Amino acid sequence: MQELDQLQQAALKAIEGAIDIPALEQYRVDYLGKKGALTERLRMLGQLPVADRPAAGAEINRVKGLLQAAILNRREQLERAALEQQQKAQAIDVTLPGRNVEAGSLHPVTKVLARIEQFFASIGYEVVEGPEIEDDYHNFEALNLPRHHPARAMHDTFYFSDSLLLRTHTSPVQVRVMEARKPPYRIICPGRVFRVDTPDPSHLPMFHQVEGLLIDERSSFADLKGTIAEFLRVFFENNDLQVRFRPSYFPFTEPSAEVDVQCVNCLGEGQCRVCGSTGWLEVMGSGMVHPRVLEMSGIDSEKYTGFAFGMGPDRLAMLRYGVPDLRYFIDNDLRFLEKFS
Amino acid sequence: MKFSERWLREFVDPDLSTTALVDQLTMAGLEVDSVAPVAASLQGVVVGEIIEVNAHANADKLVICSVNGGNGLQQVVCGAPNARAGIKVPYATIGARLEEFKIKKAKLRGVESFGMLCSERELGLSENHEGLMELPLDAVNGTDIIDYLALDDTCIEVDLTPNRGDCLGIKGIARETGLLNNLDLKINQVASIENQIDDVFPVKLDCPETCPRFVGRVIRNVDLSQPSPLWLKEKLRRSGIRSIDSVVDITNFVMLELNQPMHAYDLDHLKGGITVRLSAAGEKLTLLDGSRIELLKGTTLITDDSGPVGMGGIMGGEGSAVRAETRNIFLEAAFFTPLGIAGKARSYGMQTDACHRFERGVDYNGQAEAIERASELLIAIAGGQAGPTVDVCDQALLPVKAPVRLRSSRVSRVLGMEIASPEIENILGRLDFQFSQTEVDDDVCWDVLSPSHRFDIAIEADLIEEISRVYGYNNLPVTTPVSHLNMLEAPEAVVNQLAMKEVMVARGYHEAVTYSFVDEAQQALINADDLAVRLKNPLSADMAVMRTSLWTGLLKAAAYNQNRQQNRVRLFELGMVFRQVGENLTLENLRQEQRLGGVIMGGRRLENWASASEAVDFYDLKGDVEYLLGAEDVGEYEFSPCEHVALQPGQCARVSREGRPVGYLGLLDGQVQAGFDLRAPCYLFELDIREVVARTIPSVQEISRFPVIRRDIAVVVSASITSSQLREVVTSNAPEYFVNLKLFDVYSGKGIENNSKSIGLGLTFQHPSRTLKDDEVNSAMKQIVTVMKKQLNANLRD
Repeated sequence: MQELDQLQQAALKAIEGAIDIPALEQYRVDYLGKKGALTERLRMLGQLPVADRPAAGAEINRVKGLLQAAILNRREQLERAALEQQQKAQAIDVTLPGRNVEAGSLHPVTKVLARIEQFFASIGYEVVEGPEIEDDYHNFEALNLPRHHPARAMHDTFYFSDSLLLRTHTSPVQVRVMEARKPPYRIICPGRVFRVDTPDPSHLPMFHQVEGLLIDERSSFADLKGTIAEFLRVFFENNDLQVRFRPSYFPFTEPSAEVDVQCVNCLGEGQCRVCGSTGWLEVMGSGMVHPRVLEMSGIDSEKYTGFAFGMGPDRLAMLRYGVPDLRYFIDNDLRFLEKFS
Repeated sequence: MKFSERWLREFVDPDLSTTALVDQLTMAGLEVDSVAPVAASLQGVVVGEIIEVNAHANADKLVICSVNGGNGLQQVVCGAPNARAGIKVPYATIGARLEEFKIKKAKLRGVESFGMLCSERELGLSENHEGLMELPLDAVNGTDIIDYLALDDTCIEVDLTPNRGDCLGIKGIARETGLLNNLDLKINQVASIENQIDDVFPVKLDCPETCPRFVGRVIRNVDLSQPSPLWLKEKLRRSGIRSIDSVVDITNFVMLELNQPMHAYDLDHLKGGITVRLSAAGEKLTLLDGSRIELLKGTTLITDDSGPVGMGGIMGGEGSAVRAETRNIFLEAAFFTPLGIAGKARSYGMQTDACHRFERGVDYNGQAEAIERASELLIAIAGGQAGPTVDVCDQALLPVKAPVRLRSSRVSRVLGMEIASPEIENILGRLDFQFSQTEVDDDVCWDVLSPSHRFDIAIEADLIEEISRVYGYNNLPVTTPVSHLNMLEAPEAVVNQLAMKEVMVARGYHEAVTYSFVDEAQQALINADDLAVRLKNPLSADMAVMRTSLWTGLLKAAAYNQNRQQNRVRLFELGMVFRQVGENLTLENLRQEQRLGGVIMGGRRLENWASASEAVDFYDLKGDVEYLLGAEDVGEYEFSPCEHVALQPGQCARVSREGRPVGYLGLLDGQVQAGFDLRAPCYLFELDIREVVARTIPSVQEISRFPVIRRDIAVVVSASITSSQLREVVTSNAPEYFVNLKLFDVYSGKGIENNSKSIGLGLTFQHPSRTLKDDEVNSAMKQIVTVMKKQLNANLRD
């Protein structure tokens, strides 16, 4: 029996020391295979006295079970180690950048326009566009700006001929809607507009406008105030934004109002480059549509009232994104545009 | 309109700080643009008298003055050319402060100096630094200069809207301030000057439509040798007007005070009498500023028996201008109608303070008052005797004030709140509006007559604006509009433009915004076919014609970036292009079309560790374009080889959709590339947005559950055969259970004859209702191969 003990010791040592699966397999054959040492012992049981056989057999089977378990255990160990080895070999640098992360960008003015359109679409305003080359009638006359009206001086205009010009605002789109359709309607008209201005940090000869128009049987200056205040609140994402309405003059609205918001840079406190230390920023023009403008487009100004407003998305983009110079919007410098990816 | 706050407060003096006052004006619609002190911040500057002047031993340009600053004599070294004994000047004593600058005892070239004598610039009054500011001789030595010149004042500048011409005078601003504060004007009546002589100068109105009123007065024996008094100069200065001589200063003063432009003639240079008439074309006149102009037809002229002596309401003539030696004067205060004068000055490239006011409307009853005010000042300053005031007027052609009806119901409707009748009447009264109340259908109404200084009250809405303005816009309610909840249409077959832009962004393009007007020569490189429209008044030659293509702007933007070491460019723009299609330039003959265009240049991918750097090529661009067109619709488009002036032959394609032209894409021609100073090849596309946004709404068929059979073949064809030719043969000869064709390989080179290429085609077949047999697919393939051989000389590759 001492011999069996020695065999067990030797076998266990060999199994635990097997360096890989084939070596282990070889040990299994050596000890437990058909011609293995332990199998040999079992076969030789017959040579023992009958009375000793059960005990000796049990002892050999015990050792056999022990070795089988050891082999299984070792196999798992080796398999696990091999897998780990393989995974280690496949390890990569996960800190390297991924592939094809490139993204372009929307122009900041487009981003602002998209937000404006979204806000107004959410309360049923339709987006309408129109021609950029306009006639004098739609750009001026129909908006109560006859020839030689002093207010035309505020619209330094690019002309193609006496009657054709680059629109100076998107209001002619509103005129075209009023001519073509019956109220009620609520529309916004985004687009490019043009004025004779040499490019500098706060002027461009081409910029954008969004004008809005609501005409209905019951719309009032109070509605205009409500609409604009709500828009500015959501646009600047500031529920406490101070807004004020200031009497002004546009030939196509009466009463007319300029809309100022509390300076988004200094919040109305002291020295500020953005608002010139006034604490207010002029962001919109607005007013009740002039009855003559309605009548010229064939709308009964007794039955219908309406309000209109206009704003400059370029300026809003400057305020929102801290852009220091309007010319950034036309330079198309990729280093600038990439900021909006 | 720029004015001194003190001047305003002479008329009406509300108990408000400067800040509160300007805020009130702004909120009433007279937007205050700037508020600035009228002088530098001064301390310790007094009236000083130069008693004696001695030469400086060590300096030619310096003198030693003995100055009486009210407190004994002090020695002051001075370098001003006009320093001389007997004059009075501002004297900054020891310890004085001029802004941050502190005056200390100093030694100048060895001579002690106790203080400094000042120029206007040193006091922050003007840019004048030619010499010492000379004060009137009756100034009391030692008087603080701030008190003496009334420098505790501010210059207020209001940016007036065109409807408020009535506020282009102090009195108008004062009226506004008065009504806002419920105060009456302290000065409302100008003293009448009795005539001392009987001289009149005849005036005749030949064009009363443009000049219905002309008030004139002769003043004899004036002495213009003395400059204007300091108070007058200072008031003008604080309104931004330079002192010329006492007569011009007085007419300017009256214009600023009463908003009535005036003119003074040298009576001895006028012949016969004044006739106001319209010009004939070609008449000539030399103006006050020395410019000689040739008149257009229909300008209102002031003439005498010798010819034109002034452009009415714009500028006087040189010949009859007042000079220092003038003794006798004829004063003019006329009313030129806004319509009669509108645009006239501009047609001569001119703009004057006078026409600015007449274009907006001056009070047509204010001329006599202006004449009286000017006479009073002139006689007080320059002496002389006034003749009677002559008011020549065609009453019928003065503006007609018709009553405007104001309904309280309309006020409520437009403003969204009711304003009580007494409140409305109170506001109308403060505005100097005359009104009478009536009642129509239970609605309280007023018939309102606006005063002659207001030119902006024609309809009820104008009155409602006045009511709301005085009531305060910010006191009006804020409501949310109530309307019908109509849904907006959103056709699924039209992709919105923002979504198109986002597709480009997803493909790595940055959105550009480029000018709609471009350089004509550069555009000619890009598009030789379309007729571009030209601006009459472009900002510059490189912004002179409207773009007919987006490429000019995009290539300029690419070059801009390339010149700033940004060599990899992917830009797109969505915008309008313009072309003239008919002979005449009319709106109907213009095509204004939205296009989507793009340019790529430089590396295919952003520089990265995973792939080699390769330059973009045609197929990168085409991939982006096809992606943009949409998987469902791309099959409707045809890309065919073409010629384009800006693109390199052989790498350029025309895009069409079921026969309709859509656009172009390709490699920028080498010479055009050089014309834009671009150093790397550029690929460009431009598409008509109307086609691109038009999509097919998906329509789904039952998906076959039977197996797919795929056959791959490679054919060798001549290099000139296009893949679309092969595709055409395959699709038109395949059985109905053919599903699709994939091109999996294009190869030329070793193993393939010169001028030939091998193309790998993968054909997929699937029957909707049964399992296909190998035999039938084989015979279909055989049929296709046979036709390819016959039509395209395509040989199966071994």
